Amino acid sequence: MPGDPDGADLTLDIPGDALAVRQALQAMVAALTSRGLPPGDRGTAEIVLAEVLNNIVEHAYAGRQGLIHVTIRLDAATLECRVVDDGQPMPGDALPPGDPPPVPPEGEPAEGGFGWFLIRSLSQDLTYRRADGRNLLSFRLATSAA
Amino acid sequence: MELVAEERPGLLLVSIRAERIDAAAAIQFKDRMRELVQAHGGAPRIMLDMSHVAFLDSSGLGAVVAVMKLMGPDRQLELAGLTPTVEKVFRLTRMDSVFTVHPLVPDGLRNAG
Repeated sequence: MPGDPDGADLTLDIPGDALAVRQALQAMVAALTSRGLPPGDRGTAEIVLAEVLNNIVEHAYAGRQGLIHVTIRLDAATLECRVVDDGQPMPGDALPPGDPPPVPPEGEPAEGGFGWFLIRSLSQDLTYRRADGRNLLSFRLATSAA
Repeated sequence: MELVAEERPGLLLVSIRAERIDAAAAIQFKDRMRELVQAHGGAPRIMLDMSHVAFLDSSGLGAVVAVMKLMGPDRQLELAGLTPTVEKVFRLTRMDSVFTVHPLVPDGLRNAG
């Protein structure tokens, strides 16, 4: 997986469909493995990127074609991730709160609503902005070296 | 996605022969499980052998919850062999408290030989 001139370690351009997302995640995990990232940290990265990318496919692109641009920079103790798409903006131009979905006895288990909760649970410095018709999402993933 | 169903006393053991229950596969998983749940309506417990599943995202998690709801309140959905990333998703969302989770498919239930 080639590095980017602007210093990112990994760069992916992913068509906005679920199968392309799956393939990109597998390629990302392989690349992180070859860079020595331990299994637990790879799992965290795979979960968070899966939820972020699936959200873009379902909501930002919502059936229309588009690319998702991901850059990941590996520092000593973190993965710095940036995800850019040119789909529809987030409702209210803000990130969903990602409250923990209920489990009994709080309420019936939900079939949805887990995605943003997982993203927020596993990431730090989650930031969203809209600029030039694009969605820009950035976040950090602390690794076990932290 | 291949699901292999084997009847055991009082239980249906379903082995999920897929590496990922993700956004690309969740609907297919749910549809296949619906067929099995309905075809084996007499089994009070269904155990999913997830030991081949390396990854599950929120779509996959939602599909497993949907299967539990399909079965109704009188039948139990149990999970066995959660691999590390899958286990992490169930634990973080606290959905590991909603199902009976076995580290492995119990010895007496696995195929002999």
